[in-house]
Amino acid sequence: MTRSARGGQWTAWAFAAPVVLYLVAFYAYPLYRNLDLSLRDYTVRSFVRGDAPFSGSDNYTKVVQDPTFGPALLHTVIFTLGSLAFQFTLGMALAVFFVQHFPLSGMLRALFLVPWLLPLIVSASTWSWMLNSDSGIVNWALGLVGIGPVNWLTSPSWSLTSVIIANIWIGIPFNLVVLYSGLQAISPEIYEAAALDGATGRQRFWRITLPLLRPVSAITLLLGLVYTLKVFDIIWIMTKGGPADSSTTFATWSYRLGFGNLLPSFGPGAAVGNLLIVIALIFGLIYIRRQRS
Amino acid sequence: MTRPVKTAIGVLLTAIMLFPVYWMINVSFTRDTDMRASPPHLVPWHGTLEGYRAVLDQQLPYLGTSLLVGIGTVLLTVALAAPAGYSLAKLRPPGAGGLNFVLLIAQMIPGIIMAMGFYAIYLKLGVLNSTAGLILADSTIAVPFGVLIFTAFMSGIPDELVQAARIDGASSWRTFRSVVLPMSRNSIVTVSLFAFLWAWSDFVFASTLDGGGAHQPITLGIYHYIGNNNQQWNAIMATAVVASIPATVLLIVAQRYVAAGVTAGAVKD
Repeated sequence: MTRSARGGQWTAWAFAAPVVLYLVAFYAYPLYRNLDLSLRDYTVRSFVRGDAPFSGSDNYTKVVQDPTFGPALLHTVIFTLGSLAFQFTLGMALAVFFVQHFPLSGMLRALFLVPWLLPLIVSASTWSWMLNSDSGIVNWALGLVGIGPVNWLTSPSWSLTSVIIANIWIGIPFNLVVLYSGLQAISPEIYEAAALDGATGRQRFWRITLPLLRPVSAITLLLGLVYTLKVFDIIWIMTKGGPADSSTTFATWSYRLGFGNLLPSFGPGAAVGNLLIVIALIFGLIYIRRQRS
Repeated sequence: MTRPVKTAIGVLLTAIMLFPVYWMINVSFTRDTDMRASPPHLVPWHGTLEGYRAVLDQQLPYLGTSLLVGIGTVLLTVALAAPAGYSLAKLRPPGAGGLNFVLLIAQMIPGIIMAMGFYAIYLKLGVLNSTAGLILADSTIAVPFGVLIFTAFMSGIPDELVQAARIDGASSWRTFRSVVLPMSRNSIVTVSLFAFLWAWSDFVFASTLDGGGAHQPITLGIYHYIGNNNQQWNAIMATAVVASIPATVLLIVAQRYVAAGVTAGAVKD
């Protein structure tokens, strides 16, 4: 290695050094603290003094045996898969629609981004009021077609559905934009050739669009999965995970354990959070592998 | 289908999609007495500005804090991410692949878990409920994204230009400042917009790290409104409308950057 090349390496790292230090101090260290929290038996007192005894996997055992564990896991799976299925399908339908350019299509497509850009607390509180049992516009509209009022947010059988609906609304724009950019990359000549061979619109979608869009679809779904596992704001603001844990996911459960009660249980809260990280990372790694291949 | 028919369908779909936004605006102008009317008032004919008066009376300090936190987050994010992007794109240090990988992973870590770690650290350092602490925590949402955007963008700057500057005797720092940065205006705009929007919208860090602070952001302003059970929905929705202004401005002035930002993280160039 020449001297100037080595000098170049030093310069290269000098430019990257602030971010590396930043990642160590403000990513790795908080994550380490979180891991440490989950392996100790914390009380409020020892949390402040920092002398909690090491308790190994006790917090994890406690969390897995907690009656909330099963429901929280189930709700996390339903919430994630339910949100993804609808976001993706609707996003795909809209992308296929908008890719046929027509007057105003660019502007309308841009407007579709609005739900994704709004602060989550804005979307969540708007949906809360729309889904209000007595005065919400949704129940009023259902009443017009003869369906009785639904207790969207206050009934344990509907709360999870309600937060999924709000989350689908927020997630459609992301799916639309990414799938749209994937559709644009498909050469129009392929469609022209198919049209010459007499393929119908439906055949073109199932035989050409969908197969060619597979790499982009896979990436959209995987990234959507990782994002959806993280969702906390929407659920917490709309239902606080309730009533009676009926919309509790790992993310809201972790928050409730750590911050939601007068007496915080940081250890179990951190343990739930770490389980969530593991799940997110498994799919995250699959995503990265796919993106690079 | 003819083109006008498609436009009509497109307008209809957009209207359905944006109905919640319309409803937020409508409710923000609705009088308290009409709030629970049946049928609900679909258009605020007998509108009131009570809600917005409440925003002016009660929410200005929250908005100010959010503005400050947003600007602070933007400055910190760009200052950290732009040099790193230059390094990864043009100087290519050994181990760059590893750093890229870490950045991708970092984006996937749930905010609630970061918040718990930050809480433990801030409590010990005694910096809970501080604006600076919130800026630092909020920047973690944007920095990895920022580095990836800058790297992708700066890779597109021709190597010849960078080398020409070097041959003219410019130092690496000088080349970065006078050649690379000015050419990267679009990516600076994209990263700044998203950093601001994410900091402005953040609820997780605000509620965990600044829940008892003297200066709280607007997301907590809205949250307290809902929590107080005062059920003044016109005031809640008026605050929500005001809190949506940055997103709206962003969409109007920088639409193409927004779409670029959404896809940049997801799709291989």
